[in-house]
Amino acid sequence: MSDYNFAYLDEQTKRMIRRAILKGVAVPGYQVPFASREMPMPYGWGTGGVQVTAACLTPEDRLKVIDQGADDTTNAVSIRKFFQRTAGVAVTERTTEATVIQTRHRIPEQPLTEGQILVYQVPIPEPLRFLEPRETETRKMHELEEYGLMHVKLYEDIARHGQIATSYAYPVMVEGRYVMDPSPIPKFDNPKLSDNPAIQLFGAGREQRIYAVPPYTQVVSLDFEDHPFVASKADHDCDLCGAADSYLDEVITDDRGGRMFVCSDTDYCASRRAEGHVGRLGTDERAA
Amino acid sequence: MGMMERVAVTSDQPLLRVEGLTKRYGSRIGCADVGFDLYPGEVLGIVGESGSGKSTLLSCLAGHLRPDEGAITYDRRDVLAMAETERRRLSRTEWAYVHQNPRDGLRMGVSAGGNVGERLMAVGARHYGGIREQAQDWLGRVEIAADRIDDRPAQFSGGMQQRLQIARNLVTGPRLVFMDEPTGGLDVSVQARLLDLLRGLVRDLGLSVIIVTHDLAVVRLLAHRLMVMKGGRVVEQGLTDQVLDDPQHAYTQILVSSVLQV
Repeated sequence: MSDYNFAYLDEQTKRMIRRAILKGVAVPGYQVPFASREMPMPYGWGTGGVQVTAACLTPEDRLKVIDQGADDTTNAVSIRKFFQRTAGVAVTERTTEATVIQTRHRIPEQPLTEGQILVYQVPIPEPLRFLEPRETETRKMHELEEYGLMHVKLYEDIARHGQIATSYAYPVMVEGRYVMDPSPIPKFDNPKLSDNPAIQLFGAGREQRIYAVPPYTQVVSLDFEDHPFVASKADHDCDLCGAADSYLDEVITDDRGGRMFVCSDTDYCASRRAEGHVGRLGTDERAA
Repeated sequence: MGMMERVAVTSDQPLLRVEGLTKRYGSRIGCADVGFDLYPGEVLGIVGESGSGKSTLLSCLAGHLRPDEGAITYDRRDVLAMAETERRRLSRTEWAYVHQNPRDGLRMGVSAGGNVGERLMAVGARHYGGIREQAQDWLGRVEIAADRIDDRPAQFSGGMQQRLQIARNLVTGPRLVFMDEPTGGLDVSVQARLLDLLRGLVRDLGLSVIIVTHDLAVVRLLAHRLMVMKGGRVVEQGLTDQVLDDPQHAYTQILVSSVLQV
């Protein structure tokens, strides 16, 4: 153990954050202001998510941290180490075993279960920000449910690109009341937000906002009647595990146009390969 | 000028009734004790020099500023006692506000079609094709070519921007339109076309309009009735032709006689 208080933050701060979380859970999709602390990492690296995770962790928890679906990238590794050191909690890379999952820009492919908490890192919590820069005005718009502007953005997409070109941070309506930015997850993940058994918490450190989607909450992606929402992904199978249903990363493999598509969720890909699934460029893990 | 033949008053109930409206800025007054009735289909001009309180008055009427005293009744509803939700709903459905500077009334980063469609989407339109069709129709009515629908207002001339702002405001079929110097900053030939357009729209749609301007020619062409303001107070009001041709108040006489004759 270390000389840090459990999970780095002092108890009063965690208490304050928990109050914000509870309020967020009580009013799904509503952005609750909170007194975000300086964290020992730069803004944009998940300071909001880390604070929410710190407030949720108990010594019995098992933590998983992913960055764009991967457990082994810098951001994920350093946040995981941070909590190992300051909270001494167990960690895992397996979605099914984790009780708390902090994520940047993905929802795990493996369906979540009751009792799990998914913590999102959010850069800009305000979905209306780029259309209406005044915070006073956007708050009023949320208050009065004036969400016509959100559709103006989608209208512009179709007018310019022939389809809704927004592919991540795709705006959603939570429980028929608040329009919410689901953080920059690909729109492929949007359907998983809805009716999810896990608690979904969103933390924006720099912007000092926390919001939440409680279990089994209805979350609808905004669209037009004649241009319905489509959860899109690259039109390939995973080259390692052969999965046709998972969100894929495109990896450039040489300078002659070589490329491969792999699952962005590393745990999902690894467990499929362990089960013997093989993709176009993969090798049978069980044989090795 | 035969102004009366255009008066299309259909109801004997005023659409908007204003009584004793006063707005102070500290110890100075913005406007004081203003009262009038506006009937459906009627166009009321408010003229006066800069600082006479006409813009303050318009802001109070449109709900942008809260008056200190007085009462505003719209369609038998007390506007000042209304919840903000209801007032804002009014201002995006039954009311419209045309700013002097189109940049204040338009979203400069959004295409012309999006600008016109915004009010439709704000009241629940969710069919892209339908919204686009209506936007196209309205661009046509304000004489903007259909192929400019996906251009941003920044690429438009000043006159086109102002016409776009008018289309954006009228698309939801408002009953009451506030206009703050709609022809300000436009050259005279563009002004003339805009006035012609406005006159046609007001007549065809039976709009009630409150138009604030310092340009007497604008009110001569558009307004049925005229209110002259000075120092925050109404000094004279009456039928437009009557006020302009036979001004009673000393200030109105100066105002009318200071128009340059070409």
